[in-house]
Amino acid sequence: MLVAGGTDLYPKLKRRQFDPDTLIGLSGLEELRRVTGDARSGLRLGALVTLAEAAEHSALVQAHPGYAEAAGLVSSPPLRNVGTIGGNLCVDTRCNYYDMTYEWRESVGFCLKKDGDICLVAPGSPRCWAISSSDTAPVAIALGATVTLVGPEGERELPVSAPYRDDGIEYLAKRPFEVLVSLRLPPTDGVRTAYAKLRRRGSIDFPIAGAGVALKTDGHCVEWARLVMSGVGSHPVEAPAAGEFLAGKQLTAEVIAAAAELAAKPAKPLDNADLNHFWRKRMVRVLVEQALERAATQDQGVLGRG
Amino acid sequence: MAERQELKVVGRPLPRVDAAAKVTGVAVYADDLHLPRMLHCRILRSPHPHARIVSVDATAARRIPGVKAVLTGQDLPIRFGILPVSQDERALESEKVRYVGDPVAAVAAVEEEIAEAALRSIRVEYELLQPVMSIEEALQEPPDEPIHDRAYTRQPANLHRRVNYEFGDLEAGFAAADHVREDVFFFQGNTHLPMEQHSAVATYVDGRLTLWSSTQVVHYVHRTLAKVLELPMNRVRVIGAVHGGGFGGKTDPFSHEIVVARLAMVTGRPVKCTLTREEVFYAHRGRHPVMMWVRTGVTRGGRITGQHWRTALDGGAYGSYGAASVFYTGTLQTVTYDIPAYKFEGVRVFTNKAPCGPKRGHGTPQPRFALELHLEKIAVDLGLDPVELKRQNFVKPFTRSVNWLRVTSCGLEECTEKVLAASGYRRRERRPGRGMGFAVSAYMSGAGTAIYWNDMPHSEVNLKVDRTGVTAFCGAMEIGQGSDSVLALVVAEELGIGPGEVRLTTADTDLTPVDLGSYSSRVTFMAGNAALEAARRMRLLLVEAVAEKMGVRGDLSEIEVGDGRVGDFSFEEACELATARFGALSSTGSYTPPRMGGPFKGSGVGPSPAYSYSACVLALEADARTGLVRVERVWIAHDVGRAINPLLVAGQVEGSVYMGLGEALMEEQAYRKGRHKWPSMLEYKSPTFVDMPEVETFIVETIDPEGPYGAKEAGQGPLLPVIPALNAALHDALGIWIDEVPVTPEKVLRALEAKSKGQPPRHGPKGFPAVDYGAPIRVEPPDPRDMRVGEELEAAFREAEGRRLC
Amino acid sequence: MNKFDLRLARPYAPQQFAMLNELYRDVQREALRLRVNGEDVEILVPVHKTLLEVLREDMGLTGTKHGCELGECGTCTVLVDGRPQLSCLLLPIQLGRNEITTVEGLGGTAQLTPLQQAFAELGAAQCGYCTPAMLLAATSLLRQEPKPTRQTIREALAGNLCRCTGYVKIVEAVELAAERTRHG
Repeated sequence: MLVAGGTDLYPKLKRRQFDPDTLIGLSGLEELRRVTGDARSGLRLGALVTLAEAAEHSALVQAHPGYAEAAGLVSSPPLRNVGTIGGNLCVDTRCNYYDMTYEWRESVGFCLKKDGDICLVAPGSPRCWAISSSDTAPVAIALGATVTLVGPEGERELPVSAPYRDDGIEYLAKRPFEVLVSLRLPPTDGVRTAYAKLRRRGSIDFPIAGAGVALKTDGHCVEWARLVMSGVGSHPVEAPAAGEFLAGKQLTAEVIAAAAELAAKPAKPLDNADLNHFWRKRMVRVLVEQALERAATQDQGVLGRG
Repeated sequence: MAERQELKVVGRPLPRVDAAAKVTGVAVYADDLHLPRMLHCRILRSPHPHARIVSVDATAARRIPGVKAVLTGQDLPIRFGILPVSQDERALESEKVRYVGDPVAAVAAVEEEIAEAALRSIRVEYELLQPVMSIEEALQEPPDEPIHDRAYTRQPANLHRRVNYEFGDLEAGFAAADHVREDVFFFQGNTHLPMEQHSAVATYVDGRLTLWSSTQVVHYVHRTLAKVLELPMNRVRVIGAVHGGGFGGKTDPFSHEIVVARLAMVTGRPVKCTLTREEVFYAHRGRHPVMMWVRTGVTRGGRITGQHWRTALDGGAYGSYGAASVFYTGTLQTVTYDIPAYKFEGVRVFTNKAPCGPKRGHGTPQPRFALELHLEKIAVDLGLDPVELKRQNFVKPFTRSVNWLRVTSCGLEECTEKVLAASGYRRRERRPGRGMGFAVSAYMSGAGTAIYWNDMPHSEVNLKVDRTGVTAFCGAMEIGQGSDSVLALVVAEELGIGPGEVRLTTADTDLTPVDLGSYSSRVTFMAGNAALEAARRMRLLLVEAVAEKMGVRGDLSEIEVGDGRVGDFSFEEACELATARFGALSSTGSYTPPRMGGPFKGSGVGPSPAYSYSACVLALEADARTGLVRVERVWIAHDVGRAINPLLVAGQVEGSVYMGLGEALMEEQAYRKGRHKWPSMLEYKSPTFVDMPEVETFIVETIDPEGPYGAKEAGQGPLLPVIPALNAALHDALGIWIDEVPVTPEKVLRALEAKSKGQPPRHGPKGFPAVDYGAPIRVEPPDPRDMRVGEELEAAFREAEGRRLC
Repeated sequence: MNKFDLRLARPYAPQQFAMLNELYRDVQREALRLRVNGEDVEILVPVHKTLLEVLREDMGLTGTKHGCELGECGTCTVLVDGRPQLSCLLLPIQLGRNEITTVEGLGGTAQLTPLQQAFAELGAAQCGYCTPAMLLAATSLLRQEPKPTRQTIREALAGNLCRCTGYVKIVEAVELAAERTRHG
């Protein structure tokens, strides 16, 4: 099993959610710690760049503030000093029947995702409903970023969205021994990004819903927009209908509200994270609106805010 | 000796005496102890909420290399519990388990990992019983068997304790009312979440047991170890290690303390047990979930004419302090408001959850939340200003309440003035989504009656003075609240030296005289008074010796003590003179609260030698679309009597505000499928730095006639008004009532939805379950001006026919 | 004991316990050189032992506390190359040449740092259990940002929980130390 920062994996090892025979630390790979490029050419982030470095990296903040913001909203400061951007993309799906100690899980009865054969959230379900909990994946996907994976069969670059699967257990389709080595973010080229995160507290907590937005305008109207949500399914959930709806429209309050309505439709929070899931479902719309509003106002003056 | 006017060290914002140790990391907490040959202990806990134990087989565990001892329930059969009436726990259960986390077996091994592995080899066969997970279920007859034996509870269903009192003529009270209102409320349970996990280390040498523990009550742990291990108390020594936070959560004797003690006796080696964070959630003893029903009669002008309470407490699996907790849900309402007729019915039930007990405010934050909100609603009904409605009902200083509680100093008015003025409550901007709320509260400065009824002092202090200086000995336990600093300041003040010159030995049962421990906000008042007495006696010895040397006769008051001098001599010289004159110097002080309770059974819960008072205004922003609440600022004024150290008082007040906000908005000991829903610090939400608003603290000093230098309590009372102030502010902001704690955004939206549909604009419990509280004990109220206590009061009771002294 | 326990990752059947000593001997141990508080320390540790455990159990540096051992409370914060990290989630085998600072590496009782002084003076430590972590996180903050605003202080320390103080006095102490450092 591979480990980068270990901020998510180590607690899970202590709770016996994984039982690998061997851990392979990636931290010695110095070349995966670099950020290269700029807003004009696009940026390449080594997988071991820490979330704190990403959040504070001036070229990155300038190029894709929404991505940097998302990195800066992950967990808490000491964990962002260790947790990596690669780790956050690959972060294990979460469920409050699963992210518990061995003894607790044994007591309630083991679940599908580890040691058991039923889903405790949806007992009739043949699949696992653990939640995708990456803060950075939504913006990266919305941006059309790519990741490079290196394995015994060589190197391949693919869209960030490609490896994710809508399955709480097999949420990431990497080939055996494949390592995510870098994330490539496209040139800024007028693209605006934003991320809105929902959590109970202002720090430490994982997202219980999140919305990442990337969009480009011609000065008046949206040329294209992509919206991706975190915390509402077993994978980062895209909302293509909302993106299509936005194309060609001015970002007025009404348009934003209508797009958010569309975006929230595919979101399916279940009762396996903090706070009530019906409420979380309602909040998705608000989060998408917030993200769109923030993306719209990144550049003062051009876009309609009526 | 006359009270001196000018105080030298008392009242100054000095650093705590243990500050340097704590900021350099050298303070030794229980888990920091590492003794030679020390073994590590882990405890096997029940995975089932309710089950009979059929068999326990630890054969395999005993065979594991590195395992030095295994204990099962048969090794520790004697029951214990903090209250003499609730001896219902075992260090390791052998008959049945009553909650997920109930201890069943224990292992001591050379490594913690080996102990842990050995636990997994212990085979326990269980016969599952139907778990009881709510108050409503516990009120019904169980399908199989009650959680505790009927022989112990002597109650139907899963009831633990019932109380029913009527003070004065309630019927007449309601008859005199122009308006009567009823409300129901629910306060969810929550836990202390100290940063330090409980930890204990035991050694057994020369037939003497020593236990270091992160406990708030060395004396009660001492008693419990002696009882369960069948050792005379003089063979047991309990030492309070530097303490990493209690808040009431380390006020019971715990299984792991007994287990490591027995393991040390069995193995002859030191044994340590540190609970995991998950186990800390199971140790619990936290805030009881309480359902409440309250009915109040008022005149048109808002004067209360009568009040009737019903409460139902979810006690969890064991008694703990619960027999007292149920009283506390009905007792202290009358020390903030003057209520001429008062009825209180309470019940505590057993459920298959981690046992509840005392958390900061013990049993009173729940009814305080309900009471303050209930009065807000009455004010709305009558079209009155809620502050003025509350204010006209405030108790007056030096009066006796309808349920016989003697109120002495009372700064309710001053506290109210402070927070109203500072917050601009009256001039607040009325805008949807923004609101301010006001609430008051009171709390005890120590319980007037001890847990074990006897005539001995509640606190004792010994003072040793010799040619090397001063040492104070006291059983009081420093838990972070600053009790060591208070002792040092009191002694320093009386002896005219600096607090740094007072050496302290505290919370060590071999060395220190008994103090009952750090709970019920008793230490400043009681240990402070004991220290004051000891120091004044010592001062007299020093003055006499110096006077003799100076040739002063008769009036010794001209011998000045202060600034390191006694009369013409330095303090050190005075110590030498006194030692030469009297021989070995020591003095003692003690404090025993006077008998204060009324002439009825159960009057022991509630009386305190003094009550602290608080008032709070809270400003918030609430989003009607999301239901999210952001607290902007809290103004809190606390009548502490006198701030012996204002820095520490402010710290206690701010910490109380913080904990109140956590309870109001997020903290929840929730259960699902028979077990704790989220026993982790990630999922049990406690506020972080960025969730905490600005707090403005005002210390009000009323100089209580019986407190040391006039001091009362600081550590618990200020939590109480914060929670109802938040809910009142929410009503101010959005016009809705959330009659339930915690206030989650979903509940806010539900209430708004009800409001938009023209239904009552609230979210909360729909009703209150039917409970048979039995026949009430009817008590005639006292004359409100009757301030007699102790001998005088007892004599009065003896005279009055038909009244029994309790 | 929220500990790594790689060799015991799977629950063993009772008969397998006879093999436990064998398993124990098989634990991979590494001789490591760590730089802690400016001193080089050589230790032989099982590879799965966390920095928290090594500091407290092997090096006697018990100033570093723990509240959950799962990365949820911040109590075990140490500085690694000047930045706060959680020692319960760090493996010494991954650290190598990094400079580790614990509370014992700040000032001692004889010479407190301005932050320690301010914490002591303002009562920012009550039970004191979270204090070492708070001091280290604040030390890192003030090195990077000598004039932090209140909000900056709150955000920088937001990974560290405290249950006693309501954070009020901690924020004030960091402000005081920052001011004194600038003017002193």
